[in-house]
Amino acid sequence: MNLVVYITQVPDTATRVKIGADGQNIDEQDATWVVNPYDEIAVEAALQIKEAGEGTVTVIGIGPERVGTALRSCLALGCDEAIHLKTAEPVDDPLQQARLVAAALGDRSYDLIFTGKQSVDDDTQAQGPMIATILGIPCATEVTALELTDGKVEVTREVEGGKQTLKLDMPALLTTQKGLNEPRYASLKGIMAAKKKEIDAVDSDPGEAGLERVELVLPPTRPEGKIVGEGPEVVVELVRLLKEEAKVL
Amino acid sequence: MPKGVLVIAETRDGELRSVTAEAISAGRWLADGKGEECSVLLAGSGIADHAGGLGVYGADTVYLADHEALGVYSGELWLEAAAEAIAAADPSIILIAATSTGKDLAPRIAARLGAGYAASCTGLSLEEGTVEATRPVYAGKIVEKVRLSTAVGVISMRPKSFEVDDSRSTSPAIEQIDTAWATDAKGVSAGPVEAAEGARVDLTEADRIVSGGRGMGGPENWGLLEEIAGLLGAELGASRAAVDAGWRPHSEQVGQTGKVVTPGLYVACGISGAMQHLAGMGRSKVIVAINKDSDAPIFQVADYGVIGNVMEVLPALAEELRKLEA
Ligand SMILES: Cc1cc2nc3c(=O)[nH]c(=O)nc-3n(C[C@H](O)[C@H](O)[C@H](O)COP(=O)(O)OP(=O)(O)OC[C@H]3O[C@@H](n4cnc5c(N)ncnc54)[C@H](O)[C@@H]3O)c2cc1C
Ligand SMILES: Nc1ncnc2c1ncn2[C@@H]1O[C@H](COP(=O)(O)O)[C@@H](O)[C@H]1O
Repeated sequence: MNLVVYITQVPDTATRVKIGADGQNIDEQDATWVVNPYDEIAVEAALQIKEAGEGTVTVIGIGPERVGTALRSCLALGCDEAIHLKTAEPVDDPLQQARLVAAALGDRSYDLIFTGKQSVDDDTQAQGPMIATILGIPCATEVTALELTDGKVEVTREVEGGKQTLKLDMPALLTTQKGLNEPRYASLKGIMAAKKKEIDAVDSDPGEAGLERVELVLPPTRPEGKIVGEGPEVVVELVRLLKEEAKVL
Repeated sequence: MPKGVLVIAETRDGELRSVTAEAISAGRWLADGKGEECSVLLAGSGIADHAGGLGVYGADTVYLADHEALGVYSGELWLEAAAEAIAAADPSIILIAATSTGKDLAPRIAARLGAGYAASCTGLSLEEGTVEATRPVYAGKIVEKVRLSTAVGVISMRPKSFEVDDSRSTSPAIEQIDTAWATDAKGVSAGPVEAAEGARVDLTEADRIVSGGRGMGGPENWGLLEEIAGLLGAELGASRAAVDAGWRPHSEQVGQTGKVVTPGLYVACGISGAMQHLAGMGRSKVIVAINKDSDAPIFQVADYGVIGNVMEVLPALAEELRKLEA
């Protein structure tokens, strides 16, 4: 079974992201880079399938030099191969990214491709379905359970108000949602082994963008918080304010 | 040349979803700004009755894809329905609500068309005929402004980011789309959606939310929140701490790794207000916080803060709300 995981590197969610001087990109200076949390779930899903039978796990990442670190940490978890589609600048446009990976996968054979449900930087939630559409393979998003049965993959996807079960022919692409598994940590042995593995770096040209970023701005700030008071006695005043001032009751 | 707006509609349990009303209203607004038409794709099974009613939102044409196989959502099949409607309408903008369905379908459409995709937008504007969209990124810490640079662009809109305008009175032309292709499932057999227990309105569409965190002490105290929610007609939410502790289902989690909500009223009870929680509820209209720690960061964003023990404040609040009802 050939398993492919597509991973992205994001600033740690606790990082205070700042807009760069150009107003177009974030200031990368103080950011701590980590593997996108949903992608850790994707990696874990692939590793579990590999461990249950036979197979290899290939991780792919797009972006500048720093992405190598994220790929290396996936190798430390037990992934077998890493491909770095290297670009001079970060690629933000979802269509560009999807085309790059689809092209890189073009002449490889794969049974299942995993991506995270979304990346927590651009919050696009687009890569999985885009890649699947370009490759012409079935796709299920926001997967919280999966099972392999006679050449097909049966999944549960989380939707508003409930769950949907789907059975997909393989090869297929799945995007992983929280709840599917608990990602593992790298062992010391894994980290040492990963140091010896090669990352296949391929210089890549992102091509034409579908979206033009005009600028990054700060969200409108909320007015300073206000304390009504202390203890259960103040609920009378709270309800009055909600009714008469905020007019939400 | 592609022209006009095509909105992709969604129904649930036989009803048009409120997010679709928002999306058509947004589509109409854009179409008016460009002096073009607004059409709607209505796909599903047995949904034809809804078509005429879309005139109140200003739909000029409704493309109907009515087939048993479209009764449950499958991205593979809905993509074909969308492709048919796009071929017929030749729109320059395709608009869809950023629901589970919309977020699954929109990128497929964009990839099929080679179109730019602006995902989960909260605002739209027209700059000299070009659509500019705003979208929160980095969990709402930054807002990105994008312009669609392809001849056709796809936009998904977050729920509750566009006001519904049902004051129009067009009588839409109704065009049936050929659905012969729907018998080929394209490698996917999709089951129906099983409703989660207790699920009512989805949090992303809720007008009022009462949310509990670790400060609630345990699942046995959720009755207090249920009572308030009942009195307010609100849905229940939770912090990740409450979900991770197994007190509440993940479907109720609000925040960066949960749901992004924008209710008119958000009541945070025993929630500290961590950055990742704020990412999910910071755009609520009115925020009320009840927390015993006056230094809790939630108070920095709360319009109305009450310092106190939830075990005492919530029963008092319930009593006060009951008075209001009487
Ligand atoms: C990658 C990542 C993603 C995350 N995603 C999310 C997310 O989606 N949603 C989310 O919520 N969090 C998320 N978190 C976790 C987040 O950082 C916080 O840990 C979490 O929100 C804390 O939940 P809490 O406020 O309920 O608990 P705590 O931070 O423990 O706060 C409990 C609060 O209750 C108050 N309290 C205690 N007892 C009482 C009482 N009797 N009466 C009144 N007040 C009382 C305390 O003063 C305290 O302020 C994420 C974290 C990471 C790293
Ligand atoms: N630059 C990137 N390189 C590799 N994988 C990515 C990249 N961006 C996104 N992905 C993958 O696509 C998923 C969805 O991302 P997005 O569509 O950007 O929200 C992520 O969880 C990753 O698995």
